Amino acid sequence: MSAVATGPAAGLPRWAVLALLPGLNLLAAFAVSGLVVVLIGENPWQVVRILVWGAFGFEEAIGYTLFYATNFIFTGLAVAVAFHCGLFNIGGEGQAYVGGLGVALVCLHLDFLPFALIVPAAVAGAALFGAAWAFVPAWLQARRGSHIVITTIMFNFIAASVMVYLLVNVMARPGSMEPETRGFAPHAYLPPMHEALGAVGIEIAASPLNLSFPWALLCAAGVWLFLWHTRAGYRLRAAGASPAAALYGGISPPRQVLVAMLVSGALAGFMSLNELMGVQHRLVLEFTAGYGFAGIAVALMGRGHPAGVVLASVLFGALYQGGAELAFEVPRITRDMVVVIQGLVILFAGALEFMFVPALRAALLRRVGG
Amino acid sequence: MAVPVLDSTLRLSVPLILAALAGLFSERSGIIDIGLEGKMLGAAFAAAATAALTGSPWAGLAAGVGVSVLLAMVHGYACITHRGNQVVSGLALNILASGLTAVLGVAWFAQGGRTPQLPGEARFLLLEWPGAAALRDMPGLGAVYGELLSGHNLLVYLAFLAVPAVGWVLYRTRFGLRLRAAGENPHSVDAAGVPVPGLRYRALVCTGVLCGVAGTYLSLAQSAGFINDMTAGKGYIALAALIFGKWRPVPAMLACLLFGLLDAVAIRLQGTDIPGVGEVPVQLVQALPYILTVVLLAGFIGRAVPPRALGVPYVKER
Amino acid sequence: MPFPEEPRNTAEGAGAPAVELRRIDKRFGAVHANRDVSLAVAPGTIHGIVGENGAGKTTLMNVLYGFYRADRGEIRVAGRAVAIGGSQDAIAAGIGMVHQHFMLVDTFTVAENVILGVEGGALLASGTERARRELARLAREYALEVPPDALAGDLPVGLQQRVEILKALYRGAGVLILDEPTGALTPPEAGHLFRILRRLGAQGKTVILITHKLREIMAVTDRVSVMRQGRMVAHRDTAGTTIPELAELMVGRRVLLRVEKGPARPGRELLAVERLSVHDPRGAPRVRDVSFTVRAGEIVGIAGVAGNGQSELLEALAGLRPVSGGRILLAGEPVGSGRPGLRRRGLAHVPEDRRRMGLVMPFEARESAILGYHDDSRYRRAGLLDWAAVSRDTAGKMSAFDVRPAEPRRITAAFSGGNQQKLVLAREIERDPLVLLVGQPTRGVDVGAIEFIHRRLVAMRAAGKAILLVSAELDEIMGLSDRILVMYGGSIAGELPAGRATEQALGLLMAGAGTRRAARGAR
Repeated sequence: MSAVATGPAAGLPRWAVLALLPGLNLLAAFAVSGLVVVLIGENPWQVVRILVWGAFGFEEAIGYTLFYATNFIFTGLAVAVAFHCGLFNIGGEGQAYVGGLGVALVCLHLDFLPFALIVPAAVAGAALFGAAWAFVPAWLQARRGSHIVITTIMFNFIAASVMVYLLVNVMARPGSMEPETRGFAPHAYLPPMHEALGAVGIEIAASPLNLSFPWALLCAAGVWLFLWHTRAGYRLRAAGASPAAALYGGISPPRQVLVAMLVSGALAGFMSLNELMGVQHRLVLEFTAGYGFAGIAVALMGRGHPAGVVLASVLFGALYQGGAELAFEVPRITRDMVVVIQGLVILFAGALEFMFVPALRAALLRRVGG
Repeated sequence: MAVPVLDSTLRLSVPLILAALAGLFSERSGIIDIGLEGKMLGAAFAAAATAALTGSPWAGLAAGVGVSVLLAMVHGYACITHRGNQVVSGLALNILASGLTAVLGVAWFAQGGRTPQLPGEARFLLLEWPGAAALRDMPGLGAVYGELLSGHNLLVYLAFLAVPAVGWVLYRTRFGLRLRAAGENPHSVDAAGVPVPGLRYRALVCTGVLCGVAGTYLSLAQSAGFINDMTAGKGYIALAALIFGKWRPVPAMLACLLFGLLDAVAIRLQGTDIPGVGEVPVQLVQALPYILTVVLLAGFIGRAVPPRALGVPYVKER
Repeated sequence: MPFPEEPRNTAEGAGAPAVELRRIDKRFGAVHANRDVSLAVAPGTIHGIVGENGAGKTTLMNVLYGFYRADRGEIRVAGRAVAIGGSQDAIAAGIGMVHQHFMLVDTFTVAENVILGVEGGALLASGTERARRELARLAREYALEVPPDALAGDLPVGLQQRVEILKALYRGAGVLILDEPTGALTPPEAGHLFRILRRLGAQGKTVILITHKLREIMAVTDRVSVMRQGRMVAHRDTAGTTIPELAELMVGRRVLLRVEKGPARPGRELLAVERLSVHDPRGAPRVRDVSFTVRAGEIVGIAGVAGNGQSELLEALAGLRPVSGGRILLAGEPVGSGRPGLRRRGLAHVPEDRRRMGLVMPFEARESAILGYHDDSRYRRAGLLDWAAVSRDTAGKMSAFDVRPAEPRRITAAFSGGNQQKLVLAREIERDPLVLLVGQPTRGVDVGAIEFIHRRLVAMRAAGKAILLVSAELDEIMGLSDRILVMYGGSIAGELPAGRATEQALGLLMAGAGTRRAARGAR
């Protein structure tokens, strides 16, 4: 492994780029968040204490933290896979939303299937619908050169309109004004972890954490294997790093765009398994609640590596869960505080990624050189 | 029915026009701006909060513009000074603005994220043209004068005046020439002895000002205060209109009017049957701006060629 | 550290030099691009600066034009020390530059391009009018005719270059720097450019001409300075020097004009091209009706001014561009449109642009070292990529081709240009292909690596492979090839056996003179 990084952080040791730099960026985001808390007139240290306690302080909290983390893992992996192909998939939100449609169709219309078949069918439905929603922008990028950032943004809005239409006019529970479907059959629920583990004799506190979580971890491992240990992953990364070189190597970059976006859309679609089959047990409006966008923060924070994505997801899951406790304990601070922190993390870890490079270079290289 | 629909089209297009022109400055100088939404939202909140405290719409406007420019400068700091990813930066600002306005709104006003209802004198009120009331009931020109032209607030007229003004700046002034050059080939600007970063920062100031006015319009003219997430995707529609108008002022304005018309029609279509067609899903009409933009981007109706250096950070070695 | 040659003999003629650089030093990280460089240019002269790629010529001129800031050293213009912190300072000091890659805005008119930065007021109207008049005057004075209302992007390269010169003159430049101005020009266009430069010199302008083409130096300059590896190694009056002397100064020792190689023993036809035509994506013809063959055990060189279809031909043969007419036979078998099979059928390709195409810069060396061969079963185990095998394989290639440092997991971009090129060659040659397509094998490669690469190519020839070589370096073409094809305007303008190929004969063909006439000229 080379010890020295290239690119904008050229010259810095790799450990500094992989660990120190993201750490500093995160600290900066937290510092500014602290300022916002001060602006509101609360004590930031108190807030941190409640956040940490709320996220990890008791067994049930950990379950919730990991439940939220599950959503982030899926959407974070979705963004990361597209990243490796040089694509910015901002459409995770819409892909997850439409993926939920796939899940709901399976759970509502194939409910004659037993649990052992309906779950894989729903997984396939989520993947298929999520991938399908990613396919059109991908195809337009690959074949017509339409900028995928813009088209995926547009597709998020189109998805929102389509889902409202379906939920209000087509799929709504008969006789109800609520824009939601009827409930899934109980055998189409994903069992929560406390039940699943309880069945094998391990007792944990009850929480919405369900079988989607191990599936998310499996997906993370699968993405790692796919990107770095398969020929398909090699092709995808080559096309992302240098389309001209990929073409020279017999790899079709447009084809890789399609592959990357289909995988990305499927992963985003999986998010709906956790929300719909794990908790809501029906299709509701806007269940994606910004997780698709947050996936960008997660992928940036995790530097596009599945292990990093899992770690960043736990961090964001903790913020969500801690933020809920915080809103309860300190009513003047709403859960939107988490959105603020998210925005700041994207800003500092993403757009201002290399802000600390000159300072780090001065600090580290001077010591090494002199 | 035509005049009222056109009337509300005008009103609904105004924030789109201002935001699209804002995006035009940024993007023609080479900086992608998907953060129009966040700047508008931040401005809407700042304007409403300030107007609520001071009772002056002008102070509100100043605050709205100030916050929007500040956000634009953060975008510049990330994208120009640190050559960060422009899409990521814009997205971060959108998320930040949506979180901050909600958090601060609740903490400061304790009304579930709204700012207090503003009295008339703290808002931009409708300007009645001379004789408008008398002419309003006359068919034809009278209605056009009395209802369509007269009876809007100052910011509406400002938005439509801004279109030729921006065109003039872009095509007839030194600043505009350099700005367009920076978006096409920043190296040429540098070689001509004009520093690119300063130019792009100035373009972003213009973006900030126009977005600030757009946001202020939402909370001080269209509504009487700030409501959570009141931009509701208007920043993205404006971006779509900018692309639809191929990054030119007048076509962008026409796209905004088209999208505004769709919005106005959608509101009226709700639950009504069109003879021979049946009920048109209002969601379809609402999604049309996005669908049309995708179709345009796909090259099926003309071709939208962006400024060549758009999104590419300018690297100058030292 | 002792300096090889202190250029202190600047007291030339009367009056101060138009431009004087004193002890300029510039580093980019680990690269020492300019080391203690001094240079004096007399007013009203055409002064050439020669050196190999990477010798530091462009860096030096970018320092003078304010694009880079020197770490140390002094710049004097007309005898006065000036601080040049950016291009605006250089422009103010009367220095203009025509860059290698033109600094034009394609969507602007010529007039708009010219006034950019010197608009003469906050509003454009008056400035544009003034520019129009001034352009007409400059056109008369220096034979620089350009339509002022044409879009810059629509103009041919030669005219775009004139716009660049006009930009400099419009700003009142007394000193004009041209960086490799003939790289993209046809010989007639280059001839016209030189006439313009002489006229500028006659009118009292000072011209600094950067090039690595020695013939141009001899043809047009009054005085010449030679750079090598970041240092200024010699200054000469053009009249008092010769091409061999300059060439030796450039590379630092006697140049091997002929690569050692045995007589050609051509065998069977391994590559046959029949009436091949290639169009670019916009539909413009790039290669027109080209036919030739390459036999086992011979090197066929393709010469030509850049942009005459050589690159497109090479890419089409490699399956990277669609063919619009004709056919290609590989070892007697026609090549279909299916590209992926070409490598397996024994076609290897060293692309012209290794940074963009030959290697994946952010990849580890071992990942770059299997590009194109990543589907090979030897790199696979249980359906997954076998990185241990890839590492072993890459380490073997690295030692066989002396790639340094021999670290398969080092990032590709972190290798020097020469070592990157050796990595590409190792990947393509170690497969023992039948046919090797080679584009610009030594562009931007240090002298030691050039020799190594040339020897490997000759060894391939001795091993009975068919090699097609495209190079912008005439010396390389003439030194390596057994037969030389010259391309002009997408067609083959002529073919010469290596023995009969003189620079003069090749030059005529490259200039587009018809085959018969050129052959007569060669005789």
